[in-house]
Amino acid sequence: MSRFLSISILLLFVLHVSSESAGEEEFTEELLFRPLPDRKVLSHFHFESRAPPTNSYGHHHRLFPKAIYQLVHKYRIKQMELSFTQGRWNYDSWGGFDPIASSNAKPPGVELWAVFGVPPDQVDASWKNLTHTLSGLFCASINFLESSTAYSAPDWSFRSLSGNLRYGSLPREAVCTENLTPWLKLLPCRDKSGLSSLMNRPSIYSGFYHSQRLHLTSDEFDPVALHGIMLEQTLTIVLQPDSLETHPSFSGSRKLQPSWSMSSLFGKTVDGKCALAKSSNVYVQLEGSLVYNMKNTWNSIDSYEGDSNFGFTVSPDRMMKEINSIDKEGYSILYGFSINNDHSSKPFDLGFWWKLPVTWSCVKAPLRVSRFLMGSGNEKGAIALSLQSTEWSQSLLKADNNGEKCNLRVDVFQLVPWYIKVYYHTTKIYVDGASQSLGDIIEKMSVSPSEDKVSPGVMEMILRLPCDMKSASLTLEFDKGFLHIDEYPPDANQGFDIPSAIISYPDFQTRLQYKLDTTSIKSPMVSKMQERRTILSYTEVLLVPLTTPDFSMPYNVITITCTVFALYFGSLLNALRRRVGEEERLRKSKDKSTGKLRLLLSKLSAKLRGKPWEPPSSTPPSSSSKFISTKVVIKIILIAAIAFGWQYYDG
Amino acid sequence: MEESSGKTTKKHPWFWSSAVASIVLRLVLIVYFPNTLNFSSRPEVSTPITSLRRLAEGYWLKQSSMSPYAGSMYHGSPLLLSILGPLTGDRGEGQSHLLCGLAFVIADFITAILIRAIGQLLQVADIQSLKSLGASKFSKTSENFPAGDIAALVYLWNPLTIITCLGYSTSPIENLMIVLSLYGACRRLVPLAAFGLVMASHLSLYPVILIIPLVLLIGSGLDTPPRKLFLQPNHGDGYKKTNFSWRRVVLFFLWASVWALYVLVLCSISLKEYSGLGEMFKRTYGFILSVEDLSPNIGVLWYFFAEVFDFFRDFFLIVFHINILFMVLPLAIRLHHRPCFLAFVYIAISSILKSYPSVGDSALYLGLLGLFVNALADMQFSFFLFSGYLGTLLLSPVMHNLWIWRGTGNANFYFATAMAYACFQIILVVESVSSMLNHDRALKKGATPVAKKIQ
Repeated sequence: MSRFLSISILLLFVLHVSSESAGEEEFTEELLFRPLPDRKVLSHFHFESRAPPTNSYGHHHRLFPKAIYQLVHKYRIKQMELSFTQGRWNYDSWGGFDPIASSNAKPPGVELWAVFGVPPDQVDASWKNLTHTLSGLFCASINFLESSTAYSAPDWSFRSLSGNLRYGSLPREAVCTENLTPWLKLLPCRDKSGLSSLMNRPSIYSGFYHSQRLHLTSDEFDPVALHGIMLEQTLTIVLQPDSLETHPSFSGSRKLQPSWSMSSLFGKTVDGKCALAKSSNVYVQLEGSLVYNMKNTWNSIDSYEGDSNFGFTVSPDRMMKEINSIDKEGYSILYGFSINNDHSSKPFDLGFWWKLPVTWSCVKAPLRVSRFLMGSGNEKGAIALSLQSTEWSQSLLKADNNGEKCNLRVDVFQLVPWYIKVYYHTTKIYVDGASQSLGDIIEKMSVSPSEDKVSPGVMEMILRLPCDMKSASLTLEFDKGFLHIDEYPPDANQGFDIPSAIISYPDFQTRLQYKLDTTSIKSPMVSKMQERRTILSYTEVLLVPLTTPDFSMPYNVITITCTVFALYFGSLLNALRRRVGEEERLRKSKDKSTGKLRLLLSKLSAKLRGKPWEPPSSTPPSSSSKFISTKVVIKIILIAAIAFGWQYYDG
Repeated sequence: MEESSGKTTKKHPWFWSSAVASIVLRLVLIVYFPNTLNFSSRPEVSTPITSLRRLAEGYWLKQSSMSPYAGSMYHGSPLLLSILGPLTGDRGEGQSHLLCGLAFVIADFITAILIRAIGQLLQVADIQSLKSLGASKFSKTSENFPAGDIAALVYLWNPLTIITCLGYSTSPIENLMIVLSLYGACRRLVPLAAFGLVMASHLSLYPVILIIPLVLLIGSGLDTPPRKLFLQPNHGDGYKKTNFSWRRVVLFFLWASVWALYVLVLCSISLKEYSGLGEMFKRTYGFILSVEDLSPNIGVLWYFFAEVFDFFRDFFLIVFHINILFMVLPLAIRLHHRPCFLAFVYIAISSILKSYPSVGDSALYLGLLGLFVNALADMQFSFFLFSGYLGTLLLSPVMHNLWIWRGTGNANFYFATAMAYACFQIILVVESVSSMLNHDRALKKGATPVAKKIQ
């Protein structure tokens, strides 16, 4: 007995040690709310699953989705991001500088990029297989990215990790619940319990912006695997809360921001945390300028107290303040709420209400970017990229380097489908309305021009814009292509989409550093926010109308064109072989004298038929008829021989 | 020959004044209306192969150390890129393509001069052979009309030529090379003829078929009435039998291969750092043969291949290209005694049926048509054809505007004008061929009585 006990203890110990060294599978769920200046609320779900490296942990997983694990292993994915987005992130009023905006604001439709750990010649094959797999996994037409006209391999302007990266996007893809359900299936609790139970489809899809994202990182194929696979699933929604209650006292000049609660936003409450989750937290983030404005007007808060501008229905467990804020005036505050399973009596329903009206504005990206089309008609046009400076960036840059001539680095990555035939030599840059020479502004430019029906045009650029400029614009002329009748989508007259361009500012890096107090538990979302990341913003998707041929015409066109060709051939041949009287007579007299071939043929046919040969000239009508018949026979034999030969060689 | 050409210039001083006037007109239009007359974007003028804008893009790609054939923008010759490329650079607003325009004006002028020289040679040969036949009736009319001057002026004042020149398309240079080869063959300057042929077929594949008329020209001399007329026993005097000189033909082929080799070497040198000759052939000849670009032009193939079922695409590609080749032999057999006219017919046929036709090609064969003004004097439907050309060329921009810019018409509108244009061109070719054959018949009829009278 003691022996058995000792063995079992040993076994337990060994198991424990092994699990300690390899790490555990982990799943965390988090939800962040942030009031937005334009009376909307951002809610950001963040689910993170980790699987330890296979070589130390093995192939079997308790929490980590098997589909993703197999995907990573099959295609040797190092990093991958897939996003489904509906609506457009409003960079002006929802912010463009914070980590959520630069990592979760995505272009409309589907965006997919992946880095593969395979030799460079196999990357395209892996990409194609991956698109098909994901298309099946998420019930979306991601398989359209398989075609070489839809994806590209950016060299340096996108994510700076080049080589085995492939990038593609489908701006037209409609995103709906059928994409969300498979995404939820990857969560261990699905949407049955935990924070994901808030995802009430009607309220999610009635929002202003909706982006579901799946980010994979794995170091499985590195020589020393430390972290294994990390799957990050985020869902970012911008919702308009209905005002719960209106304060009569402030209904005058300044309107109170709308108050909201989980139940008012989603129509649901959280019953408890997902039993499999390591931690389940809800955060409310107040931006720096909001905190600053509140401090200015009401000089109250240093910590959450009852007499501040706002109130929570549930008192926060933690409060974190931002340190090393970029915005020197204010610091952001993060209120944390833990969801535990112990209060089973009352469901968790976080509410937020304002006591006093307040206005603030978000931290914007260094430049306000928009892209539009110029020109009219369906023959040609121009793409214009307009970059306008925001006041904030100017002040920041002035503070950064006063004295020497400062410039702002902007990276542009643009993918254009092949039917937009861009003339790259027509690139023009205007700074504050004045045309500039390209060499002054463009530091580096690499272009891979589009090839008809083979590859899209990719343009990567580094611009150095002077800091004191108000606006800059970049124009490129293009010709619109004409497609084959089969290449048009069913709704051809709607137009074709040019995917968003990606503008990034490598000089600026965003991070929100919160002073973590000792009691706070390790939160993957907060640590994500603390990572340095480059500010990215996406431009609008462009809709280019292309001319269409007449779709009902193929038969008419074929027959009419062939008629014209027949007209040409027939009439020219007729003109050439037409003979008039005299020539005809001449030819006949010639025939009589030297019809050697005919004589020979008639002799041959006579022999074949076993009849005595008679000269054809003796009885003209009968001989001619006979001759025609031999001709026909010879022709038939010839045709039969050709047909036989064809059959023989073809079969 | 020199004397006679001198005589004609003295006789017609108006030629030079009107030629210079046409050049001045071009220069005025290029310099003073560079942007108002935006011909370069017209699909009738610039095709994917001849567009100068695409050439500028190719030059830009080459300057930024990429293959000029990267992407599917440029489909022309690398030599053209090296010659015209530096001229396309932006020189401020409005002055962009001035130098290229000047180059095209010069090319047009040289073409016209060469056409005139060909015409004079033809006229001299014509008068000689007619005299030897004794058909004085025809020789008189032939002397009255200086065909060379007429042809050159038709070429210079043809609105199509002017539009092509102003539209910055490279077809004036292609036309120059074709005419140069014809001139070389007429003059029996074998190296020049070979050079022209090689360059023309390097620039746009189709002039390859001109090898037959050029060989006939070099081998047996200029256009004459059918040989059997001379062989008739009653007037064997005055006619000296010319043999087909194989020596010259062999020399021509030698020169042609030398030039071809030279051109290929030059191309490979200019493409050395970017891509090979294989890519060049794929992007130029392959592009011409496989009709990849479906943007509208005045031909009929673009719409056909935009609409035809993919399954049949290869079949029709073969059919349409064979169609050009198919008529080469019958025409050569029937018109072998008139190689210059044969060349005209070939040029006309290839400009009807080529994959990316433009009005520049029509301008060339309409100019060459002037060379045969005496022989084709009694051509049928000439007024009908004239109004047809005028009508379609005026309608085509209207239909294009309705379809592309206003969106009130559809592709069929524009295709219908292209169709009509093709029909008129076909009628022109057929009528000119049959009237040339009729002319030969008339010569025969006219020659015999005269000969009898002499007897």
